[in-house]
Amino acid sequence: MLIELAHFALILAAVVAVVQTIVPMIGAHKGWRGWMELAQPAATSQVILVGFAFAVLTWAFVVSDFSVQLVFLNSHTDKPMLYKISGVWGNHEGSLLLWVLILALFGASAAWFGGNLPDRLRARVLAVQASISVAFYAFILFTSNPFTRLDFAPLNGRDLNPLVQDPGLAFHPPFLYLGYVGLSMSFSFAVAALIEGKVDAAWGRWVRPWTLAAWVFLTIGIALGSWWAYYELGWGGFWFWDPVENASFMPWLIAAALLHSAIVVEKREALKSWTILLAILAFGFSLLGTFIVRSGVLTSVHAFANDPERGVYILAILAFFVGGSLILYALRAGAMQSTGVFGTVSRESALVLNNILLAVSSFVVFIGTIWPLIAEMFFGRVLSVGPPFFDAAFTPFMVGLAIILPLGSMLAWKRGALNKVGRPLALWAVLAAALALLAFAVQSGKSALGPAGVALGVWVVGGATLDIWQRTGRGTTSHRLGRLMRLPGADWGKAVAHAGMGVTVFGVAAMLAWEVEDIRVADIGESYSVGPYEVTLTDVRDERGPNYVTTMAILDITRGGRTFTLAPEKRFYPVAQMPTTEAAIRNGILRDVYVVIGDRQSGGGYATRFYIKPFANWIWGGCILMALGGFFSLADRRMRIAAGASRPKVKSTTVPAE
Amino acid sequence: MKRLALILALLAAPVLAVEPSEILDDPLLEQRAREISQGLRCPVCQNESIDESSAPISSQLRVLLRERLVAGDSDQEAVDYLVARFGEFILLQPDAKGANLILWLAAPAMLLAALGVGWGVIRRRPQVDTSLSEAEKAELEKILRP
Repeated sequence: MLIELAHFALILAAVVAVVQTIVPMIGAHKGWRGWMELAQPAATSQVILVGFAFAVLTWAFVVSDFSVQLVFLNSHTDKPMLYKISGVWGNHEGSLLLWVLILALFGASAAWFGGNLPDRLRARVLAVQASISVAFYAFILFTSNPFTRLDFAPLNGRDLNPLVQDPGLAFHPPFLYLGYVGLSMSFSFAVAALIEGKVDAAWGRWVRPWTLAAWVFLTIGIALGSWWAYYELGWGGFWFWDPVENASFMPWLIAAALLHSAIVVEKREALKSWTILLAILAFGFSLLGTFIVRSGVLTSVHAFANDPERGVYILAILAFFVGGSLILYALRAGAMQSTGVFGTVSRESALVLNNILLAVSSFVVFIGTIWPLIAEMFFGRVLSVGPPFFDAAFTPFMVGLAIILPLGSMLAWKRGALNKVGRPLALWAVLAAALALLAFAVQSGKSALGPAGVALGVWVVGGATLDIWQRTGRGTTSHRLGRLMRLPGADWGKAVAHAGMGVTVFGVAAMLAWEVEDIRVADIGESYSVGPYEVTLTDVRDERGPNYVTTMAILDITRGGRTFTLAPEKRFYPVAQMPTTEAAIRNGILRDVYVVIGDRQSGGGYATRFYIKPFANWIWGGCILMALGGFFSLADRRMRIAAGASRPKVKSTTVPAE
Repeated sequence: MKRLALILALLAAPVLAVEPSEILDDPLLEQRAREISQGLRCPVCQNESIDESSAPISSQLRVLLRERLVAGDSDQEAVDYLVARFGEFILLQPDAKGANLILWLAAPAMLLAALGVGWGVIRRRPQVDTSLSEAEKAELEKILRP
C-alpha cells in the first residue's frame, strides 16, 4: 500500500512540476505577481512529494520488502544495513529517483533562500528548473518505475553487486548527483537570464554559489570514486579514463571554468555571454554524462545501448534542453553587453586563459570519449581510445594551467603588471626548480615526470601561499598574521583550493613516477625484501563474513626494526556468485604500502603483490583541499549578504525622510 | 563499476593481472613487455589494458607478447603482430592515420581557435554606451525629486 502511495506521490510531483513550469513563466512575462508567487509553494511541495517517495523506497530496502521488484533485484536480507540503504541508489531506477529528489531539493533551495532575488528572475529560474524536473519525472515514470511490484514475493533477494558494497562507493553516487544536478541551477539561472535579456554583476553573484556548491560536490564525488578504485580494484590504479569516469570529469572541468568566469561577471561585468554559454555547457555535459552512464552506449562499443529505450529518452532530454537553450542563446547573446574594460595584462585576461585551458581540456576528454563511436559509425573503424591518448592529449593543459595559476591569481584586476607579481613569485620559481633538480638527482630513473610534479606542486602551493599572505597588506608580521585570520572566506577559499590543485598534481606525478612493484609466488613462512621492507607471508586462512566467504592472508612487514601486519583478502559473494579482491593498505603520509593476495598456485604458494605507492594520499588530500576551499568560499558572508544588498531599494514602499 | 561487474562476471576462476608465472627472467625484456602491455587493450573487457586485466584472454595475450619479445621482435613488430590478429581495437592509443587525424588534431585546433577568440576578446575595447536610457532617466528623476 505504502509503495503504491509513493508511486502516486511521484505522479503528483510530476503534475506539480508541470504547473510550476507554466504558471510562473507566464506570470513573469505578464507581470502577474500571484502567478509568479506560485513557484515557491510548488517547489516546496515537489520536495515533500518526492521526499516521501524516496523515503518509502528506502524503507522497502531497509525492511527487505521483496514484493518490490527493485528490492528483490538489488538487496538481500544478509546484507549489512549500510548497504541495504546504499542499495537504493545502487541501481538505475533508484538512482534516478535520487536524481529527481536532488533536482527538487535544489529548486526548493532557490525558493527558500532566494528571497533576495528579483521576483521575476526567481519565478523564471524556478520555472526552468521545474521543466527539467518534468522531463525526468516523465523518464522515471514511463521507462524506469522503481515501484513495480512482483506478483509473488520471493523469499530472498539477489543481492547488490559486491563491488558496490563498500563505504567509499556507498556515498559516491549521491555526491556525484548533487554535483550533476547542482549544475542544473546554473543552467536555470542562465536560461532565465537569457529570457530576461539581462546579465549583470548581481546575476554573477547569484549564480556563483550554486555553481560552487555543485563543483564542490562533484569534486568530492569524483575523489571518492577514484579512492574506491584505488583500494578496491587490486592494483592501486586511481584513474582509468573510462567513459563513465570521463562523464563526471567533463562537467567538473566546465564547472571549474564557469566558477572562474562568473567571478569576472560579478566583479567586472565582462565575459557575460561566455559565462552564460558555460552554464549551458556545464549542464549539457552533466546530461551527456547521464546518457553515457545509463544507456551503456560507450562503456562498450559492441553493446550499443544496453537499454535503447532509456538511451533514446535521455538523448531526447539532452537535445531538447541543450539545443533549446543554445537557440535561445544565439537569439539573445547579443543583448549581453559587457561593460567592463580590461587591459591585456590583467586578472580578467588570466581568467580568460584559465577558461580556455579548462574548456579545451574538457573538449579533449569529450572527443576522446566519443571517438570510438564516431570512428565506428562514420569510418567503419573499430578502435579504442585509452589512457595513453588522454595522458598525451590532456596533461599539457593541466601543466599549462598550473604554470599560469600563481601568476594569474595575483594579477590586479583591470590592469596588472607582470613584474609586480613576478618578483615575489620568482623566489618560489627558484625553489620549485631547485627541488625538482633535487628530486631528479635522488630518483633512480631518468623520467622527468616526478621532478616536473615536484616543480609544479611547489610552484602552485607556493603561489597560493604568497597570494593569501599578500592579501594581508603591509605592516609587521604579527599584524599581518592577525589580519590573515580575519580575511574573508573567499580569500581563504581561493588559496586553499589552488593549493589543493598543486597538491593533487604533485601526488599524481609522484605516485606514477616512483611506484615500486613486486609480483611473486610466496610460500607460507617465506620472507623476501622489497625496497626497504622485509615481507613475510605468515599465514593464509579461510574466514566467513556476513554475506561472503574470504581467504585472508597475513603478512608481517618490517622496516627499520618496526613491524606491522597487513591482511589482504580474496572474498567470494555466494549470492551474487562474484569474487572481489580486498587490498590491504598501510596508509602513510609519504607512502602507502599496498598488498594484494592472489590465487593458490599449482606448485604451492600464493601469488602475492606488493606495492610501494609514494605520496598516494596526496592525490585525494588535494581533492579534499579543493573541496574545502569551495566550502570556505561558500561560507563567505558576502556570498550570502551582499547579493541582497544589491537589490534595488526603490521598490520599498516607505516614504524616504526629507 | 559496471565494467568491473562484467569483467568479473565473465571470469570463472578469477586471477590477478600479471601472474608471477608469466614474468620473464630477463628484467629488461620484462620491463619492455610491461610497457607495451599497458598500451594494449583487453579484447573482452570494457576499458582495461592487458596489463591490468585479469581475463584469461589477457593472460594469453601477455604470454604471446612475451613470446614475440623473446623471439627477438622489436616493440613495434610485436605490437604489429598482435594488431594483425586482434585488430586496431586493442590499441589503447589510436594511431594518427586517416580519420584518426581528426581525433589528434581536434584539441590543438580548438586551442588555437580559442586562443584567437580569447585574444580578440582581450584586445577589444567595447564601445560602451554609458548614457542613461529613458526609463533610467525617469527613475533617477523620481529618486532625485521625490
